[in-house]
Amino acid sequence: MQSALDPAGGDAWDLYWLTIVMTVGATLIFIFVTALLLYVVFAPPERRAWLGTRRTIVYGGLAFPIVTLSLLLPYGLVVMRNTDVPRPGALQIEVIGEQYWWRVRYPAEGGQDEFSTANEIVVPVGRPITVSVTAADVIHSFWIPNLGGKIDMIPGRLNRFNFTAERPGVYRGICAEFCGAQHARMAFDVMVLEPAAFDAWRKTQAQPAQEPAIPFLARGRDLFRSGGCGSCHVVRGTEANGQFGPDLTHVGSRRTIGAGQFPNNVGTLAGWIANVQHIKPGAKMPSYGSLTGEDLRAMAGYLESLK
Amino acid sequence: MNAPELPKSFERRESELPNPLPRPEGEFEALKKAWEAPRGLSFITAVNNTYVGLWYVGTAFLFFILAGILSLIMRTQLAVPENDLVSHSLYNQLFTMHGTVMMFLFAVPAVEAASVYLLPNMQAARDLPFPRLSAYAFWAYFVGGLVFFGTIFFGLSPDGGWFMYPPLTSTKYSPAENADWWLLGIGFIEISAIAGAIEIIVGVMKTRAVGMSLDKLPVYSWAMLVFAVMIVIGFPAIILGTLLLEMERAFDWPFFIAERGGDPLLWQHLFWFFGHPEVYIIFLPATGMVSMIVPAMAQTPLVGYRLVVLALIATGFLSFGLWVHHMFATGLPKMSLGFFSAASTAVAVPSGIQVFAWIATIASGRMKLTTPSLFVIGFLFIFTLGGLTGVMVAMAPFDWQAHDSYFVVAHLHYVLIGGMVFPLFAAIYYWVPVASKRPLSERVGRWVFGLMFLGMNVTFLPMHITGLIGMPRRVYTYPVGMGWDELNLVSTIGAFMLAAGVALFLFDMARNFRFAGEDNAGNVWNASTLEWLPNGNYNTRSIPSVVSRDPLWDQPNLSKDVKDGRYYLPGTATGGREALVTSPFDARPQYILQVPGPGWQPVLAAVFTAAFFLLLTVKFIFTSVICGVLAVACVIWWLWETDPGPVRPPADIGGGIVVPVYVTGPMNHSWWAMIVLMVVCGMIFTCLIFSYLFLWLVNPGAWPPREVEIPQWIWPSLSGFLYIGSAILIASASRLLKGDDRRSPRSVPILIGTALLLLAGASTVDLWAQWHTGLSPSAHAYGAAVYAILSLQIFFVLTTLVMGPYTIARGLTGKLDSVRRTTFDNTMLFWYYTVGQGLVGLMVVHGFPRLTGGV
Repeated sequence: MQSALDPAGGDAWDLYWLTIVMTVGATLIFIFVTALLLYVVFAPPERRAWLGTRRTIVYGGLAFPIVTLSLLLPYGLVVMRNTDVPRPGALQIEVIGEQYWWRVRYPAEGGQDEFSTANEIVVPVGRPITVSVTAADVIHSFWIPNLGGKIDMIPGRLNRFNFTAERPGVYRGICAEFCGAQHARMAFDVMVLEPAAFDAWRKTQAQPAQEPAIPFLARGRDLFRSGGCGSCHVVRGTEANGQFGPDLTHVGSRRTIGAGQFPNNVGTLAGWIANVQHIKPGAKMPSYGSLTGEDLRAMAGYLESLK
Repeated sequence: MNAPELPKSFERRESELPNPLPRPEGEFEALKKAWEAPRGLSFITAVNNTYVGLWYVGTAFLFFILAGILSLIMRTQLAVPENDLVSHSLYNQLFTMHGTVMMFLFAVPAVEAASVYLLPNMQAARDLPFPRLSAYAFWAYFVGGLVFFGTIFFGLSPDGGWFMYPPLTSTKYSPAENADWWLLGIGFIEISAIAGAIEIIVGVMKTRAVGMSLDKLPVYSWAMLVFAVMIVIGFPAIILGTLLLEMERAFDWPFFIAERGGDPLLWQHLFWFFGHPEVYIIFLPATGMVSMIVPAMAQTPLVGYRLVVLALIATGFLSFGLWVHHMFATGLPKMSLGFFSAASTAVAVPSGIQVFAWIATIASGRMKLTTPSLFVIGFLFIFTLGGLTGVMVAMAPFDWQAHDSYFVVAHLHYVLIGGMVFPLFAAIYYWVPVASKRPLSERVGRWVFGLMFLGMNVTFLPMHITGLIGMPRRVYTYPVGMGWDELNLVSTIGAFMLAAGVALFLFDMARNFRFAGEDNAGNVWNASTLEWLPNGNYNTRSIPSVVSRDPLWDQPNLSKDVKDGRYYLPGTATGGREALVTSPFDARPQYILQVPGPGWQPVLAAVFTAAFFLLLTVKFIFTSVICGVLAVACVIWWLWETDPGPVRPPADIGGGIVVPVYVTGPMNHSWWAMIVLMVVCGMIFTCLIFSYLFLWLVNPGAWPPREVEIPQWIWPSLSGFLYIGSAILIASASRLLKGDDRRSPRSVPILIGTALLLLAGASTVDLWAQWHTGLSPSAHAYGAAVYAILSLQIFFVLTTLVMGPYTIARGLTGKLDSVRRTTFDNTMLFWYYTVGQGLVGLMVVHGFPRLTGGV
C-alpha cells in the first residue's frame, strides 16, 4: 500500500536493490563483529591471544572499513546518478504543499488544457513524470515510497522530483517533514493508469463542473453557494472561485477526502463538512455543524456528484 | 582499601619521592580545612567538583527519566492505530520535548557533568581550574532546565520538533510563546555548555598530575578535550541560529522568510552544522569512558592507545564535514550530495578503529563479566548496528527513502542509546565506588542490563521495518490497515521493558549509593588510573608524579605514598584552596593556582541569568532586565574576589621544585580561558558572516535591494579609525603596566577610559550611518543581515563597556599593578577581539556589496 519494499517504478527498484544489498552487507558485518566480540570474551585466552594486538585494529578497524566503503560508495553514487533524472518528454505536474493538503496543477500540454485538482495525482503508466514542488506556508516533504525517494517542499524554492511508474495501481503518498498540528493526516493518492484511461481522466478534469441533475443536488449546490463555501473553494463553471482551499470541480471523482484520510462517499463527505475540526483539528476549514441533516445530505450529494 | 592487589616486590626507593616523612604537624588538617564543604543552608554554595559534579550528574539523570516518561506516553499513544490517548497538540509537544530534553538537558550535560566529577580525579588535580564557573554552569542549567521542562504541564512547550525548522517556527505559523521557550531556554543552556567546555579544555591542558605528558593522558581526558573543542566550534552555530530566529520572531527581521529575501534553508545549515557534530559530542566522551572501563575489566592496558587517540581527533574533524547528510532531501545538487555521502561514510573508519581497539584489548586480557562489562558489550552490539545503519543512510539515494521515516528514528536511537546511554550506565556502575561508600549491586545490575538491552532492541529493531514500509516520524497517530499495527505494538512493549530496567537501576541506586567524603568503596576493580587513589574533597593528599599510562599498576606503592603526602604539594602553600598548574605538553609544575572556594555569587548569578532568559520568554521585559543587571552584578561581585596577586613568595612543593603562587601572561590559566572564549566568539561571528553570504547567494540580484543605498566610505573609515585608535590606547596602557616593581601608573585608567569612548564612538558611527540611509531591518533579508552584524558588534562593545570600568575600578582600588594584572590582560584580549571583529564587520558590510557590484 505504502512501502519502499514494494517498488512500482524503475528508480524505486534501484533504491530497493541498494537497500537490499546494504541490508545484507550490514547484517553480515554485524554477525561477524558480534561473533568476534563473543569469541574474544569467551574463548580460552591462549586461543584468542593473537587477536590482542595493534594488527587487529589495523585490519579490522582501518583496512576493512576502507575497502568495504570504497566498494559501497561508488555503487551508491551510481544509483544516485541514475535515479531521479529528468527525462525528455516527461509529463509535468506541479504540486504545492499546504497545511495540511496538496494543491495539484497539470499545466497545459500540447492541445490539452491546464487544470487544477487536489490531494490526488494521476499518471500514465510507463511515461516519465516530473513533479515540480514547493510549499505555500511551511516546509513539507513529498514522498511516495513505492515510486522513489522524497523531496522537500520549501517555501521560496522550487524542487523537482522525477520518476516513472511501471505498474498500474493505487499508491499512497505522504508528507514526510513535520509541518504542524495535522502533519499526521496529510496524505494523497497516486493513481497509475493505462495511457488511454489517463487521457480520458485528463480530459474530464479539464472540463468545468457538471450541472446538478436533480433538484435535490441543485439544493446542495445552492447551499454550497449560500454557505459561502465558494470563498475558499473553486468549482469551475460556477461562481465559486475561492483559491484558499482545494479545487472541488471534480471532487466526486477522487478516491479519498481530507488529504487521503477517508474513502470518498456521501456519508464521509457529510461527516467531513459537519465535523472537520473534530476529525482533523487544526485544519483551516471550520466545521459546519449547524446544517440540518437534510441540508448536509444535499450538499454532500452535490459534491459527490461532481465526477 | 585502595591499594591495587599486585605483587609488592617492587619497593620504591625512599630518596626518589619529593617529600620526606614524617609530614609536619597540622599540614593535613590545614589542607582539609581549606577544602571543607560549607554546612547547613549554604551547602548549596559548594563549588568543589566533588559536589557540583555529583549534583550535575544527578540532575542530568533526572532529565533522562523525565524525557523517558514523555517517550512512554508517546509509545502508549502509538501502541494502536487511531488512538486518542493524547491530543495532537500534546503529542507534538511531547516529541519536541523528548528530543530537546534528551539532547540538551540530558546527553550533553550528562557527559559534561561526569567529566566535572571525574577529570580532576583522573588527573590528580585538586579541582578544575574554575570551580565557580562549574557551579555557575550547573545552577543555570538546573534552574533553567527545570522551568523549561515545566512548560509541558501548561501546554506551553515548544511543538516544532527538536530541530525547530522555520517557517513552521516563525511567528506566522507559531504565534504563541511555545517556540520562544525553545529558543531562549535552549539558548542559555548552550551558554552553560560552553562554560563547561572552556573549563574542560583548560582543565585537561593545565591541571594534571606531574609528568602526565600528553602521551600518558588517560583516553578519557583526550575524549573530553576533543569533546570540548567540538563544543567550542559547533555550539556557536546553534547559538547564532537561535539568535537569528528569535530576532525574526521578536522584531520581524526576515532571515528565514522567503517572501522578503530570507531562506528557510539557512536555518537548516546553521542547525546541522551544530547538530551533526552534536552526535559525536555526545558519543566521544562515552567512548572515552569505555576506553577506561575495558582495560580495567580485562586487567590489561588498552591496545592501540595512539590509534584510539587519533581516531578521537579524526572523528572530531570529520564530524564538521557531514552536516548536509541531514539535508539530502532538500533538493541540493547531486554533486554536493556525493561529497557529503563520501564524508559521511568516512566517519565510520575512526569508529571502527575504536571498536576493534576494544576488541583487541579484551582479547589480550581476561574480561570479567561484571555489570560494567555487560553494558560495554551491549554498547558494542547496539552501537555496531547503529553504525551500520548509519552507513546506509549516508548513501544519499537510500536516505531519500529512509529520511524522516521510522528507519531514521531506529537508527538514531541505536546510535544514541547504544553509543551514549549504555556506556553511561557502564560508567555509573564502574565509577560509583569512587563516589559512594558502597558499590552498586552486581546481581541487580545484571537484571538492569538484561531488561535495558532486550527492551532497547525490542523497541527499536522493528522500527527499521516500520520506516521502510512507509511510516513517517512525528505522527501523533496512524490509520488502520497500513501494516504498521503489530510492529508499533511490539515497539511499545519494548519501551516499557527498557523503562523497567531503568526503574530497577533507580532502586539499586537508592539501596546502595551512599555519598562518601573520604571513605569511598575504593579500587574495587583493581583499575590503573588515578581516580582510584584515596581521596577526599581536596582530591588526593599530594599530587603524584606518574611515569606511565597505568600508574596504579606500574607504581605499586603509589596509593600509600600519595596518601602519606610524600608527593608534591602535600599541604596548602597559601592557606587556601590551590591547584597545581602544569605545562600543557609534558606536565611540569608551573605555578600554584589559588582556587576560589564556596560562595553565593555563582549560585545567585546563575539564578538571575536563568530568570533573565525565562522572563524574557514570557515578555516580562522590565523584570527580566532587572534580573539581567543583577546577574551581571553578581558576576562582578564574584570576580572581584579573584585575581588575588602574589600573596606569598614562591613556594616549595617538594623535590626541590619552587613555583610561584601567581603568574600572568600566556602561562596563566585565565589567559587560556580567554583565548578559548575568543574562539567561541569568533565562531559565532564566522557563522554570522556565513549567514550574510548565504543570504547574498539567495538574492544575487538584490544585494543590496534596489532602493537601498550604501553609506558613504567616510563613515566606515571613521568608525575603523576609532576602533584602531582604541586598540592603540589599550596597547600603550599595557606597555605602561610592565615591570617587577608593582607600579600602577595613573595614566592607565585614563587611557582605558579614553579607549572606551573611542570604542563606543566607533560602533555608534556605524549604526548611525546605516540608520541614516534609511535601511530597514525588517523590509528585506539584506537589512536584517546588516543589522545583525551591527547588533552583535554592539553587544561586544557593551560587554567591553562593563569590563573597561571594572578594570579601572580595580586600578583605583589598588588591585591592579604591573605584577597583578590578570584582570587587565583579560580585558585587553577581549578588547583586541572586539576591535578585530568590528573591523572585519565593517569590511564585510561596506565592502562586500560594492565588490559584488550590487551598487
